[in-house]
Amino acid sequence: MAGNAVRSQGLLKTVREIVRPIGQLVLFSAGSALILSVIALILAFILDQTPVGDASQHTFKMNLLTFTAANLPQVVIDGLTIGFVYAAIALGYTMVYGVLEFINFAHSEVFAVGAFVGVELLIFMNQQGMLRGAPLGLAYLYLILAMAVGMLAAGLLAVGIERTAYRPLRGAPRLVPLISAIGVSFFLQDAIRLTESLATGDFHRIIPTFGNFDTRLSLGKVFIGTAPVNLGISIKSIIVIVAAVLMLVGLNYLVNATKIGKAIRAVAQDRPTASLMGINVNRIISLTFLIGGLLGGAAGVLFALKFTRIDPFVGFFPGLKAFTAAVLGGIGNITGALLGGIVLGMLETFAGAFMSSFTMGAAGAEYKDIFAFGVLILVLIFRPHGLMGEQVGQKA
Amino acid sequence: MTKRFLVMLSVLVIASIALTACGAPPTEAPPPPAPAETEAPAATEAPAAVYEGTIKIATQSPLSGGQSSLGTAIKQGAELGLEQLGGPLRDMGFTLELAPYDDQANPDTGVANAKNIAADPEILCVIGHLNSGVALPSSEEYHTAGLAMISPANTNVAITDRGYPEVNRVVGRDDVQGAVGGQFALDQGWESAYVLHDKTAYGQGLAEFFRQKVEALGGTVLGFEGTEEKANFDPIITPIMASNPDVVFFGGIYDQIGVFGKQLREKGYEGALLAGDGADSSTHAEIAGDSLLAGAGTFYVAVAGPAKEYPRTAQFIEDYNAKFSMPPEPYSNQAYDSAGICLKAIEAAATAAGGMPTRADVAAAVRATQDYEGTTQTVDFNDKGDIIPTARYFIIKVISADPAEWANNELLAALDIAPE
Repeated sequence: MAGNAVRSQGLLKTVREIVRPIGQLVLFSAGSALILSVIALILAFILDQTPVGDASQHTFKMNLLTFTAANLPQVVIDGLTIGFVYAAIALGYTMVYGVLEFINFAHSEVFAVGAFVGVELLIFMNQQGMLRGAPLGLAYLYLILAMAVGMLAAGLLAVGIERTAYRPLRGAPRLVPLISAIGVSFFLQDAIRLTESLATGDFHRIIPTFGNFDTRLSLGKVFIGTAPVNLGISIKSIIVIVAAVLMLVGLNYLVNATKIGKAIRAVAQDRPTASLMGINVNRIISLTFLIGGLLGGAAGVLFALKFTRIDPFVGFFPGLKAFTAAVLGGIGNITGALLGGIVLGMLETFAGAFMSSFTMGAAGAEYKDIFAFGVLILVLIFRPHGLMGEQVGQKA
Repeated sequence: MTKRFLVMLSVLVIASIALTACGAPPTEAPPPPAPAETEAPAATEAPAAVYEGTIKIATQSPLSGGQSSLGTAIKQGAELGLEQLGGPLRDMGFTLELAPYDDQANPDTGVANAKNIAADPEILCVIGHLNSGVALPSSEEYHTAGLAMISPANTNVAITDRGYPEVNRVVGRDDVQGAVGGQFALDQGWESAYVLHDKTAYGQGLAEFFRQKVEALGGTVLGFEGTEEKANFDPIITPIMASNPDVVFFGGIYDQIGVFGKQLREKGYEGALLAGDGADSSTHAEIAGDSLLAGAGTFYVAVAGPAKEYPRTAQFIEDYNAKFSMPPEPYSNQAYDSAGICLKAIEAAATAAGGMPTRADVAAAVRATQDYEGTTQTVDFNDKGDIIPTARYFIIKVISADPAEWANNELLAALDIAPE
């Protein structure tokens, strides 16, 4: 009787841990999309009364409000896609911070290594003639294989970094491992560059075209005025979103509903006590890095799939943005990383898409990062622990 | 007490000695390099009519990174030129060497290399660069050193408009190239254009000239924007899709245009995509794939174009293939010709000087080049260093997504236009 109750309770917990993050995800996506849309529409309405509206009439043959409304759905889709890429990388930062309370700046290079290993595997398969004309099922299998290999390489690398560059410094002041991380980051950038240059003669790699990933699914046309606005999403964007959701759900389940997760949380809360309870702290920390590395590697391959071209410094900007996303959401908090990623991606895409028309071309999409980092500053001033701040005590 | 005082005193004395020691060298140090520079040519000049020593020709282009396929073409073209056309100088008794430098398409690296090149007295001529944004600051160094530079690829107007006697080019200019693009767009009936550029001297300059021409001909420019983005173009594409232009013009290099074009087509853009000579590389097809053929198609204005379009290049293509096991990319025969002009000028200057020529002699001889029979055309330079009587501009349509077929893209027009 009691056993049954415990089991059903366990099952309930499992279901809850799977459903909860998906619910949060939908909520965050819809919420940030709604808030930003309303802000954009209000701004467009106000600007329509100024010369900016006339300029819009001239360029787009419609007033600014119509222009904004017509573009909103596509901007939301684009924002979500890039947001999920940031979220997937941010998970790695947040995992490590949750356990060790230090920022693993080498994570962006772990991400890059994952991307390179996956892409090199695909290039090799392409040279063997396996990719061109491969049936759809096989193409997906190859992609999953490339992701798996990229993840494995990145995961092992992360564990190796922890063992050699961080563990010997564990008792040192907090700045010391941070500097070590930056050093590792530079080292890895140049190591990738050297290896690729020696092995292939070119350190910019291009992911081969195969499967139907570039195909765009049309979600219909929005006709406003004379200009048809195509609504659509490419299959690779869907893959990015689905993979990121799976990663989040899997991680959330692992941390909150399994024995290993309990051990990770225990180490995060109090390392000496956890060790007294019979938890092998070193192993748990290695495991945390492994998980963070696996997630980073997967994100790297997804990034290469989405954006075609990679180089040894490819991790720098996404890494910086993902770190920002993690801080924005409340670093150390898994849900926060996701929220931060989505908010940052959305904000960036909204700013990029509308800035040039709202400023009559004076400030174009190139200034989009100002908004992302401006919001970060505001959040840090008013909520120093990030958007999901109150849960910081209950790390990772 | 006295012991402590002595210690302090001795420390002070040592410190003051150290300070004066530190202070002294700067006044003594500068002289040695100066004589070394002036003496080096003088020493080789002294034994009259003796043709011996090493002459180096430097190349500077991106040999690594995203633009390396064009940069390598420049280096390899010059290498082949030195090998095939260096006979006369070798027969005179000189040893010829190629000194390839990698500027990584980065102005800082280019200038640092240029300083090294200027400091190497054996280098008498520079062939480079690929990017105008790198060539502009680097050529300041060559100008200071009085070192001749022949550019096989730089089209920005300021390259020659500064009037430096050392700086020459064997390709066209962006004011003409942009105008050719603008004229072509309007001729095709593309009334509205959206213009992007990569914020470099080359890309922005070209985009400006394109915009001016389109507006002068009565077309509409719906937007004009610069971006350094290399991965996520979604935010930039949104206003393009909304304004629905007939043509999108991108002043930039293929590593950026390829990724942009791919994403633009994924969004369902149906119009034409037009670019400058920076788009002219087979790697472009590797990046963009089938998206090159989507909508109204992808076009580019080229100043180098496929090697096979020139009348005297059959032998060059064959030799290049044999030596490097790859077909020549754009700018390789321009680099080959630049090497030929360098060698010819050095030969003339050496004969006149009766020995190792000075850099100034070579620079003057390069500028004085008369009717050099290159693989691309007969080359003369005007008083600014632009190629005369005309430079050639191609308008090319991409017809295959296969990188191996890049040289066979459809040639829509080849125009010979004189610099203004």
